[in-house]
Amino acid sequence: MARAHRKPRLAVWKFASCDGCQLSLLDCEDELLAVAGAVEIAYFPEASRAMVRGPYDISLVEGSVTTPHDAERIQAIRRQSRHLVTIGACATAGGIQALRNFRDITEFVSVVYARPDYIETLATSTPIAHHVSVDFELRGCPISKAQLVEVLSAFIAGRKPVTPAHSVCIECKARGNVCVTVAHGTPCLGPVTHAGCGALCPSYHRGCYGCFGPMESPNTRSLSTRLAALGMTAGDIGRVYRTFNALADPFREESEAHDT
Amino acid sequence: MTILDTPPSPTPARLLDTNGVGRLLDALREGGYEVIGPTVRDRAIVYDTIGNVADLPAGWTDRQDAGQYRLERRDDHALFGYAVGPHSWKRYLQPPATTLWRARRTDDSFEVETVADEAPSRFAFVGVRACELHAMRIQDRVLDGDQEPDPVYHARRNDAFIVAVNCAQAGGTCFCVSMETGPGADGGFDICLTELVEPDRHVFVAVSGSVRGQEMLDVTEPATAGPDDVRKAEAVVERTAASMGRSLDTRGIHDLLLSNPEHPRWDDVAARCLTCANCTMVCPTCFCTSVDDLTDVSGQVAERVRRWDSCFTMEHSYLHGGSVRASARSRYRQWLTHKLATWLDQFGTSGCVGCGRCITWCPVGIDLTEEVRAIRDTQPTGTRSGGSDGRT
Repeated sequence: MARAHRKPRLAVWKFASCDGCQLSLLDCEDELLAVAGAVEIAYFPEASRAMVRGPYDISLVEGSVTTPHDAERIQAIRRQSRHLVTIGACATAGGIQALRNFRDITEFVSVVYARPDYIETLATSTPIAHHVSVDFELRGCPISKAQLVEVLSAFIAGRKPVTPAHSVCIECKARGNVCVTVAHGTPCLGPVTHAGCGALCPSYHRGCYGCFGPMESPNTRSLSTRLAALGMTAGDIGRVYRTFNALADPFREESEAHDT
Repeated sequence: MTILDTPPSPTPARLLDTNGVGRLLDALREGGYEVIGPTVRDRAIVYDTIGNVADLPAGWTDRQDAGQYRLERRDDHALFGYAVGPHSWKRYLQPPATTLWRARRTDDSFEVETVADEAPSRFAFVGVRACELHAMRIQDRVLDGDQEPDPVYHARRNDAFIVAVNCAQAGGTCFCVSMETGPGADGGFDICLTELVEPDRHVFVAVSGSVRGQEMLDVTEPATAGPDDVRKAEAVVERTAASMGRSLDTRGIHDLLLSNPEHPRWDDVAARCLTCANCTMVCPTCFCTSVDDLTDVSGQVAERVRRWDSCFTMEHSYLHGGSVRASARSRYRQWLTHKLATWLDQFGTSGCVGCGRCITWCPVGIDLTEEVRAIRDTQPTGTRSGGSDGRT
């Protein structure tokens, strides 16, 4: 069946972020030509100065909302996007910069900047879904490029992306890894963390850092009991949940339960 | 169908030394088998391709408890002086991911192509324990029955050559005696070894369970085992049976579990359960899979991939509108009641072989023998000693 209709128009937007997730698109290497062949890359300042005006069929949004200007900009992007997909922990959970939400922002600004009066920022870093409706959230810090290609392929085909929300443990076992917690006594967030990385850290004998945020039914309380038995202090346990996905509710609540 | 149908031949027991085991591995490889067996990796004894006898975990053992596994040195050079590790043979017979078919778009239609299984033509599994032989039989009933046999499983299982080992040491989470699946192999093997480690000699009493097992054993030029050796081999199994790390009272377990769907213990275990699915991943009989339908970015190629799934994932029970088993309580209860009770209704045996993997590899150390005990011990008087279904 020949597909006569025009190629979907893709835009890539940046909010408060490190750019790592949108770079995953350029990192696709083997698939990059196929992606470029399948969509019209209409707006992607990281890759090209050529910018085509909206509306867009798919907007990939990286980063969190941290300024009044950003809060307005995301509304305009939503209006010109048929599908809005957030990519990465910042856009999906506020990112590492959401650590500000637990402290006083004016104090940070006064310490960090020579001229605090030049800084116009919000008191919080918030995920895109706190501001506009989001069609799909892709997890990870950074995202997996294979999952990014899968999400694009799914949206182009009009199907549901295959990005399972179960634990990292299932990926670990599928790889044939030996469990670092059970066999080595290494603390690991894998049992409460969303799959997608392919169990990267445990494959190199490290515990999972929770980069993909909470899995579908995280029992952080039970895991914390085990982390304590492995020798972690309450402070350590609070901090381990408070990284790239600190604002994701299950991780936020668990970290607050260990506030000392 | 499989070698399980071949009755063990009444050939006399043979005697091999470590070099003889080496010759057996060589003969299997020269016979065209991909030899898979226990080996040390990442501080555990896993199953992987092995080249020769030096790849076996000589002088290693394990210490296992709920949520804990430690690799330790033995004070001898036993080749099989440990219990089962994190892997099971399921990994080879029902691989974690399999592409079932692929379709390509053509000018006005599409063409479907089947994808060949990447498995080597024949596996030889070395060091298979009694509980694992029973696990294979259970999977045979599920995946290789008369109706709709799974072609991937069937092809991998059918020609597999099995070198069993009678357990000389029970692990801390083993309870095969309770499940009547070990520690001695009672069939389903081509060759079965019992390791005897003595101050002045290190030998293996070998019996064959099939004609090809007998032929393969002959290639290793074995000695004949004396009555004394055979008696010692039996004593090894008896000693192991007497030192199980765990036990499970299976009397009336079907009715016990099914008559207690609202027992408060389910809430208790749900508070600890991570729903991470590790128990089902390491279980040698858990067979659930899911299929993903994928398309490539060009929209020209679609494929269907089957992958291990678990009753602990939300997607596993997803029906229109949501997951049927949304709570951890309902998912743990589903797993345990299926494994120990409704499996009997469905396949005529328990789904549990007492290998203890789900206990050892649970990150928070949930122990199914403890959970069943807790439910049994808090039963109204009269049902404590079990029901009368007689199925266990």
